Amino acid sequence: MTWTLATPLVLPFLTAVLAFLARYGAAGRWFSVAGNAVLLAASILLMVRVLDQGVIAAQMGGWSAPFGITLVADYLSAVMVVITAITALAVSVYALTDIDARKERLGYHALFNILIGGVVGAFLTGDLFNLYVWFEVMLISSFGLLILGGNKDQIDGGIKYVTLNLISTILFLSGIGLLYGMTGTLNMADIARTLDTVENQGLVTVVAMMFMVAFGVKAAVFPLFFWLPAAYHTPAFSVSAVFAGLLTKVGVYALIRMFTLVFDGDVAFTHQILLWVAGLTMVTGVLGAAAQNDMRKILSFHIVSQIGYMIMGLALLTPLAVAGAVFYLVHHIVVKANLFLIAGVAERTAGSTNLDRIGGLYKSAPLLAILFFIPAFSLAGFPPLSGFWAKYVLVAAAIEDQGWIIAAVALLVGLLTIFSMTKIWAEAFWKPHPEGADPALSQLTPQARRHLLIPIAGLAAMTLVIGFSPDPFVTFAKDAAAQLLDPTAYITTVLGGKA
Amino acid sequence: MNSIILRVGTQYLCGLLVLFSLYMLIRGHNEPGGGFIGGLIGSTGFVLFALACGTADARNALKVMPQNIAMAGLGIALLAGIFAAFFGDALFTGQWLFINETADSKGIPISTVLFFDIGVYLVVFGSILSIVFAMEEEI
Repeated sequence: MTWTLATPLVLPFLTAVLAFLARYGAAGRWFSVAGNAVLLAASILLMVRVLDQGVIAAQMGGWSAPFGITLVADYLSAVMVVITAITALAVSVYALTDIDARKERLGYHALFNILIGGVVGAFLTGDLFNLYVWFEVMLISSFGLLILGGNKDQIDGGIKYVTLNLISTILFLSGIGLLYGMTGTLNMADIARTLDTVENQGLVTVVAMMFMVAFGVKAAVFPLFFWLPAAYHTPAFSVSAVFAGLLTKVGVYALIRMFTLVFDGDVAFTHQILLWVAGLTMVTGVLGAAAQNDMRKILSFHIVSQIGYMIMGLALLTPLAVAGAVFYLVHHIVVKANLFLIAGVAERTAGSTNLDRIGGLYKSAPLLAILFFIPAFSLAGFPPLSGFWAKYVLVAAAIEDQGWIIAAVALLVGLLTIFSMTKIWAEAFWKPHPEGADPALSQLTPQARRHLLIPIAGLAAMTLVIGFSPDPFVTFAKDAAAQLLDPTAYITTVLGGKA
Repeated sequence: MNSIILRVGTQYLCGLLVLFSLYMLIRGHNEPGGGFIGGLIGSTGFVLFALACGTADARNALKVMPQNIAMAGLGIALLAGIFAAFFGDALFTGQWLFINETADSKGIPISTVLFFDIGVYLVVFGSILSIVFAMEEEI
């Protein structure tokens, strides 16, 4: 049991050390690919175990809960680890061509794998302070990736990113301190068990708000999102793809975990705020995107607006809504990472990601156009692509809960998303290239084409699979939601029988 | 910054800080301290060095690239954690070796916990210095 849970956590760090030792040759990047392939296998093994047993937990260092650090995986954690491994594998293949030798020598592959380790750690830990440590691991490594081989833009974006994230970290840490003061434990399951007996329930709500702000910064929700569009369009495309896919989603995961497991005492207050945040995040994100003219900036603002959908699912807190949030998380990671990878290919062939300066991709690179069409219109919620089902479940949950306004907002934002995607489609793909260039994929070497297009095609295929057979995924999301809304199994598994 | 007071002061402070950081590292085993805080204190010694004499001199004095130190630390910490698995224990379970153990004394205890802490020390020391040096050179 220990190994099933610990392997996906230890592997990325092992890969990082190996890739660093071999950073002067070609071996480093292949260590990264191989390491992430093994990570995928390990995470699938974890998933099989979780499907079999519901919730599994392991105590690190032989210290039993609630004293030691517990690793725990329920449906949500397991699926997040699997999707992380898939994204990491796709991006590490893409990086074979995308990352030049200079960045490799500076330690790109090591930082990348440490980042993946931090993400997996955050998904698997059952200890609040340990969660903080993984957030720090992610922050340091992502800062390194962001400014790697830096130009001015990168440093500028990196400083904004780190400053705001440090504020969030301080709030998070203070919140942990207060919770520890009230309950005397850091184990999340144990906190959930004892928090109801705390006398000062007002303070609990205050702490809940501190966590909401702290994770809200990480998840880039309204009004704390502005660091994201400032930072995500500057680094290498591999880096922004993995950031776009995974980093904000760790914040969303932490919100879902804390606000279903721990802070479920004053739902009328906390989740009402979350609902407002969700609506405003969706609207500001999509409006921000409409004003942009650079592919990566448009996509960055859309991350913000999509985060709103996931928070909406959490805020409604009905079984269907939480299932929608889980489904949305999985769909979104695949689609978003893929769109950034495609933007990278567009820059390589057409010369820029600025929509005024590119064009003609549909005529000269029809394959890329099809590959873009799938995730872009999935993001916008076209049936029968995966985004349609994600939005469908959430809107259905909102209507079921008689949240007419939020349902209307979600539908409207969906429409505006179509507008943005159509804009990219019309500008980058349909209109002729302004300089009369012919941005065909054949400009790339066959090797580069393989490295860049195979991960994109793989992720697009996943979008199609989720889209055409949503049933098993929706069922899974509903099971995950049931586990989240009734955390008894989680708590008893972690604490070894004491409920 | 070119200040003779700072440069002369640094000559003494740098060594003292590194020494103190090692003390903190060892002390951390049973009392407040440990690898993380030790690494932070140790790195301030070299940050001070870089401020007083420039990063080129600080890199020279350090001899090893800070990135290499950090990754070596990560490797050590990882090995210390996995080591327990060879004895069939859960990962990161401390493994102990008592040198000169007698009936009424435990002798000198050596544990994987210590090696894990040394690894953490090096990770923190190395990554702080790589970031600070890179930022200094950028500006």
